[in-house]
Amino acid sequence: MLVVGAGPAGLAAALAASRTGKRVILADEGAEPGGSLLHAAETEIDGHPADAWLAATLADLDGRENVILLPRTTVFGYYNHNHVAMVERVTDHLPTAGAAPRERLWQVRAAEVVLAGGSHERPLVFADNDRPGILLAESVRVFINRYGVAPGRRIVFATNGASAYTAALDARAAGLDVALVDLRREAECGPELQRLRAAGVEVLTGHTVVGTKGRKRVTGLLAAPVGSDDRCGRRRLLACDCVGMSGGWTPAVHLFSQSRGKLVFDAGIDAFVPGTSAQAERSAGAAKGSYDLAACLSEGYAAGAAASGSAERRSFTATPTLTGFQPVRLMPTDADPAKVRAFVDFQNDVTAKDIKLAVREGFHSIEHVKRYTTTGMATDQGKTSNMNALGIVAGQLDKALPGVGTTTFRPPYTPVTFGALVGPARHALFDPVRTTPIHGWAEAHGALFENVALWRRAWYFPRAGEDMHAAVARECAAVRDGVGIFDASTLGKIEIVGPDAAEFMNRMYINPWAKLEPGRCRYGLMLKEDGYILDDGVVARVSPDCFHVTTTTGGAARVLAHMEDYLQTEWPDLKVFLTSTTEQWAVIALQGPKARTVIEPLVEGINLSPEAFPHMAMRQGTICGVPTRLFRVSFTGELGFEVNVPSDQALAVWEAIYAAGQPYGITPYGTETMHVLRAEKGYIIVGQETDGTVTPDDVGLAGMIAKAKKDFVGKRSLSRSDVAATGRKQLVGLATQDPKLVLDEGAQIVADPNQPIPMTMLGHVTSSYWSPNCGRSIAMALVADGRALQGRTLHVTTPAGFTSVTVVEPIFLDPKGERIHA
Amino acid sequence: MLEARYRTARALPLGRAAASGAPRSGILIQPAEAEARFSLRVRDAGAAVAGLPLDRPINTVAGDDRRWIARLGPDEWLIGTSEVDADLLAAAVGAAFGSKAHALVDVSHRNVGIDVGGDAAPIALNAGCPLDLGDAAFPPGSATRTLLGKAEIVLIRRAKPGRCYRVECWRSFSTYVYSFLQEAALGVGPAEKVAS
Repeated sequence: MLVVGAGPAGLAAALAASRTGKRVILADEGAEPGGSLLHAAETEIDGHPADAWLAATLADLDGRENVILLPRTTVFGYYNHNHVAMVERVTDHLPTAGAAPRERLWQVRAAEVVLAGGSHERPLVFADNDRPGILLAESVRVFINRYGVAPGRRIVFATNGASAYTAALDARAAGLDVALVDLRREAECGPELQRLRAAGVEVLTGHTVVGTKGRKRVTGLLAAPVGSDDRCGRRRLLACDCVGMSGGWTPAVHLFSQSRGKLVFDAGIDAFVPGTSAQAERSAGAAKGSYDLAACLSEGYAAGAAASGSAERRSFTATPTLTGFQPVRLMPTDADPAKVRAFVDFQNDVTAKDIKLAVREGFHSIEHVKRYTTTGMATDQGKTSNMNALGIVAGQLDKALPGVGTTTFRPPYTPVTFGALVGPARHALFDPVRTTPIHGWAEAHGALFENVALWRRAWYFPRAGEDMHAAVARECAAVRDGVGIFDASTLGKIEIVGPDAAEFMNRMYINPWAKLEPGRCRYGLMLKEDGYILDDGVVARVSPDCFHVTTTTGGAARVLAHMEDYLQTEWPDLKVFLTSTTEQWAVIALQGPKARTVIEPLVEGINLSPEAFPHMAMRQGTICGVPTRLFRVSFTGELGFEVNVPSDQALAVWEAIYAAGQPYGITPYGTETMHVLRAEKGYIIVGQETDGTVTPDDVGLAGMIAKAKKDFVGKRSLSRSDVAATGRKQLVGLATQDPKLVLDEGAQIVADPNQPIPMTMLGHVTSSYWSPNCGRSIAMALVADGRALQGRTLHVTTPAGFTSVTVVEPIFLDPKGERIHA
Repeated sequence: MLEARYRTARALPLGRAAASGAPRSGILIQPAEAEARFSLRVRDAGAAVAGLPLDRPINTVAGDDRRWIARLGPDEWLIGTSEVDADLLAAAVGAAFGSKAHALVDVSHRNVGIDVGGDAAPIALNAGCPLDLGDAAFPPGSATRTLLGKAEIVLIRRAKPGRCYRVECWRSFSTYVYSFLQEAALGVGPAEKVAS
């Protein structure tokens, strides 16, 4: 249970709830709990002074294991299902902060909420009411009673209600010179009048305020008697150095309103109060419009008890609170209203005449008036100004106040720092940075890294003096001529197990799996329901009912979710289980003509000869004594192995392979070289050659589709008219006529650069690199009907204008694919 | 030369991280030793397999520190055991299920364990985990898949007195999870209490 506000009502609510054993959080924005009790001089509760009652209550709550008391904690947002957000100011008040954060964001999902946030005092709207030294009356009282500060030596209170008399009495008791101006007539006042007069204070009833004197500080208040016709009599200057004004009280219904509860207008207290609740919450005390202390206490207690399922009720006795006021929108004045600057919104400098102008301009809804004048739109969201603004609009329109409506209350209740919302999510904790077991080695060997999803992958390994171009050229050559070593651990991996595993694979991928023998691999392509390529990867059949599936690095989570989705919602009858093994296996790719020679002495239990272990096969054995699933696969077009070993042993295996490869010039390479090598072979990368609108046929892989399969995800969409139509963009290679020119990825392609603008664009460049092995630039592109354009010249945009390219096969090296079988 | 490389020791991602925590908080955050883990998937599991109970309610853990089994779903369990027992356990599970469709996948290296203990441990965990970790909602013997900040974790409360939790996350998230918990513990002072 969450109690908002530790004033009398909130404390009583927490007290009642804590006795039931329910868990209670009591949050208050103040530095210390207590609310109005912190400045309630001369007030007694159940026969004890208020501060003694407060101390005893806090000690009681603090001693209970089930209560968390949070001072300096502002409840600022009330969301769905009692999800409440609060910000705690943790260390700013401390001389030394220590290690704790400055602020802490709390998110509470409360079973029940008690809103006891109190009320706000309204200012009075009179001429020059913004002069320094003019405060709200209750603020004067807080200064004097709580902080022992006299905000002035001669204080004049201006009011239309009883509560300012309490402040005046306290100021008088503190030995200050006090006078009070009350708009109410003698007969409209309660017992407060006699009490204040008895204290020797001059009280002018039936008087309005028509202005103030002073420049940098108020030096006097201009009061004038006001008749029943609102005409003012002779002005009188009351010399003062502080004014305490009070225009009555407005319950703080912000959180209630944020919870989507419906407000109702209570004409008796001239305020909106909580009406119908929308969530499991209840209001108590001044937040509900109850201003008498004893009433606040018993109401709070009842709310706390009810919220915690207890029938216990308790009544309190307390010094009666001086309450009651006569609502006033604008203080009557004898001046020309068009010239009076009487502030309504002190934060946005909106005056009464601004609001009247808005109404004359035709803005009759408070939402429109607000936007036209900006009243209530400052960071205080109109906490002091809204009721006065509403009242003035209603008065101008001659409507009852609820008829004008009220504005919407939105979180945050008070401004919240970005720091509180961000919390620890900064620097290293902003996002998880995923690294492989080889990461430290790559760092030590000078790798630069690139971000791929949350992973950080080695990009290239520059040697001293090398730029990226030189490093990648060296790495590419090493793989083609000798052997390269590459960390492919980030590849997504899924273990698919069960008697229906092959059937499941058949349904998920476009290619056939039933006849794939254990120990063999196949490149798989997967579509979404719409027929477009979702992901790809090599899959090994470990046993008749077990597949080792690999996915792209960025697609791992997406593919597993996609598979689980189908398994759980479409084919729950299939006996198949999916387990992510992405991080169980680290993958060390060894690529190049010398790859076999390097690992041969390290591998046990696997015959590595080309006859026994052909391309696209997988064997299990050990490497350096570590169990491995050894794949003979290649994403470079060279003889290659991908060594899958358990992650915690991967670094040791990597280092052993690296040592064994030294005689052959083994070269670590990064993702940039990997990209170039695969592009030389025309291998696609999902997300580079594909963009979510590309079909298998578009990238020339229609041949992979199993013709005999009845169905697979996306099959039906492949016969959709727009997918089957001619004119689709197809994957081609582009050879620039200037072999040194490397095209921009994403550059647009046209048939005729001289055609009128807007030009017909045929497609775009998807991949483009300098190929050290080809000695020229290479590029792949998606071009409308591209396969039919072989040999044609097209034109591609560059920053310097169009350049000419020739359409070629998207394969630039070893077109027969002989090297891979070495 | 080969023999020397046999039985390569496991290099745990948090291997060098010592037990830590903020001294004021009384929270101890300790990366677990190398352990074996299995993900077990099977439907209509029966009462037990290889001495591991399978009929306990979802979101509970059974066993002790040496061998435990957490039920994460109707057909999903996470099993933790010492490394030396791993092969035997896998063989025993396989033998017990026989031809019954099931998956027992070794995820020992995928998962990283972090033990979090101390009276205020739930405060540090709740810094990133939205679950109610009070004794009534998450008593000893509870286990669930949940979130810690931006990482998915399995949170286990040991079936013993006190506040002893095990956070299991994936290997590459372990630095984040460990740092997240340390940072959270820094904000916990001696005065803070856990509503139980």
